[in-house]
Amino acid sequence: MSALAYGDAIRIAFEHLLERHPNVFVIGQGLWSPWYVGNSMTDLDKKFGQERLIDTPVSELACTGAAVGASLCGYRPIVVHPRMDFMLYAMDAMVNQAAKWSHMFGAQSHPALTVRGIVNRGGEQGAQHSQALHSWFAHVPGLRVVMPYSSIDARDLLIASVLCDDPVVYIDDRWLYELEQPDQPIRELRLADEGPKILVEGGDITLVGASYSTHLCMQAAKRLRKEGIDAEVIDLRVINPLDCSVVMESVGKTGRLCVVDGGWSTCGLAGEVIAQVSETLPPAGWRAAPRRLTLPDAPAPTSKPLEQRYYTSVDDIMRTAKAICV
Amino acid sequence: MLVELMNTRYSLGDLALAEECHQPIDLAGSDLERLLGQLKVMLLIRYAEELIGDMVTNGKIVCPCHLGIGQEAIAVGVSANLRASDRVFGGHRSHSHYLALGGDVGKLMAEVLGKVSGCSRGMGGSMHLYGVEHGFYGSVPIVGGSVPLAVGAALAAKMDLRGDVGVAYFGDGTAEEGVVHESLNLASKFKLPMLFVCENNMFASHMHINLRQPADSVSRYAAAHCVPWEVVDGNDVVAVEKASARLVARSRAGDGPGFLEAVTYRWRGHVGPREDTDVGVNRKGDLASWKKRDPVKRLAEALSASGSLDGKRYAAIQQEIRARVARAWEEAEAAPYPDISALLDWVYAE
Repeated sequence: MSALAYGDAIRIAFEHLLERHPNVFVIGQGLWSPWYVGNSMTDLDKKFGQERLIDTPVSELACTGAAVGASLCGYRPIVVHPRMDFMLYAMDAMVNQAAKWSHMFGAQSHPALTVRGIVNRGGEQGAQHSQALHSWFAHVPGLRVVMPYSSIDARDLLIASVLCDDPVVYIDDRWLYELEQPDQPIRELRLADEGPKILVEGGDITLVGASYSTHLCMQAAKRLRKEGIDAEVIDLRVINPLDCSVVMESVGKTGRLCVVDGGWSTCGLAGEVIAQVSETLPPAGWRAAPRRLTLPDAPAPTSKPLEQRYYTSVDDIMRTAKAICV
Repeated sequence: MLVELMNTRYSLGDLALAEECHQPIDLAGSDLERLLGQLKVMLLIRYAEELIGDMVTNGKIVCPCHLGIGQEAIAVGVSANLRASDRVFGGHRSHSHYLALGGDVGKLMAEVLGKVSGCSRGMGGSMHLYGVEHGFYGSVPIVGGSVPLAVGAALAAKMDLRGDVGVAYFGDGTAEEGVVHESLNLASKFKLPMLFVCENNMFASHMHINLRQPADSVSRYAAAHCVPWEVVDGNDVVAVEKASARLVARSRAGDGPGFLEAVTYRWRGHVGPREDTDVGVNRKGDLASWKKRDPVKRLAEALSASGSLDGKRYAAIQQEIRARVARAWEEAEAAPYPDISALLDWVYAE
């Protein structure tokens, strides 16, 4: 099998959806000149036409709201926000409208839209071009939140998101775009059936991540093995609704847990995973207190040394994992 | 100098004055039987909302109810130009929008009581109404929240190529939300089949438009986005129907969106049955005058003057509709609540 890069995988998912599903269209800023989304949307407008790849005015809220409206009329729109930071203007359409629609109208109507928010950080971009706000959306009942780590998931979970009848926030990470994995044939999955998966088995410690933080965990697990520590790596994949049973089972075996998250700590994803496991696993089952590795509670800096300190590294995970395993 | 010019250009003039426009409406050229039908729908809305107001007062209804008594002609006049395949969205004050499209009064009553037989299966209450079989895609109480959704429905309609339109009802307060401007720009630039209907009742909650905006006509926002607009007496159902007919016809023909500003006045307070003449809003005198611009009375009097509605028949119609509303209420009271399982089962489709 040939190799599939994450960024290409996303483009292939768009192609698959646009080719096979005539009710899919894409709307968002920059679609006719998608230089800031890597190779993940190149030439889609030329292939499928500008009526289905709709580049828009600078109106995040109206465009996301319009996608919600179109989704109520039989379409499956994908809204693209080149950065999650910009997507905050669209909060009403996502949180007040799409997330509530099914429930507040008695399950008679479902906004089948996908909002693609891209985490695009580093490179001294600073506080308003760097955020990973997945925990906000995972807090909201009614939204499904998807964070692929692998290329195959980047493709197949995007397809599953768009074919799902519920509103989905699909979050991909530019730091993963070049990452390659062995290709597999496309599968149209049912998103509601997808959840956390064990990527590497191990009995000494459970490492949990989502999206790019899973990538860090995978690298840490490799290095830990060389030092005699067998880490089990779990990729969360879907963080709302969050089904932690795989993590609970794993920690039941290892007794040790380290959750790595690209967001902030307070009320965040890592804390949620630890809370869910703690509520289930009896105190005797823990061989060490669980730990989380997150961003420091500060906006993203621009200065180089501050930025280097800001993001969690594989070394950070190594140190923490070893401390837990002592 | 420039400010004065702008104020003149974007002033509602007499339409905003309580003591103007009290005369029976002009029926010239209208089908009188059709108008009689519209009168009946306006009465249905009026009586349904009066009953809802009474039930809030006596504690039987708990959910927030925003009554549009006095504004009935707008929804009825606009709906006269709509069909079930159009896509209409409303706001917090949308009983009239739902009923004017043919929404069932029994389902409305059940909904405000949170009963499973309600139009939103008891999950929405007064502020979240749904009736897609009539083209009513939903009303939501986030001010401006549904405006871009209607634009998206118009985008879908444009893709569907069947000549359907999207409609957004909103108030003059909503015009102060940024999303309205994004939506107008989007609809205009993309030439979407879309009707923006602003029910300008001159109040946002307790604040008069003169305390919130530099001019009292919100059509200036349509002008800014190159969207054709009409300003009408919103308490004249014929004027509303004619103006919206012109705008909707353009949209169906592929000529892009239109903006209708219908000037009106709500008789009750922002929420609930009280008139709110005594909660920091000094509108007692205005309200008394505006009640003389009653859209129901002006239509009934015009029909009476035309010889097509005598007093006896009108009394019989009124009695019949009141009885219908009362029956709807009784049935709604007797209906069951949703099963507790709905709490979690209806969050996701799958």
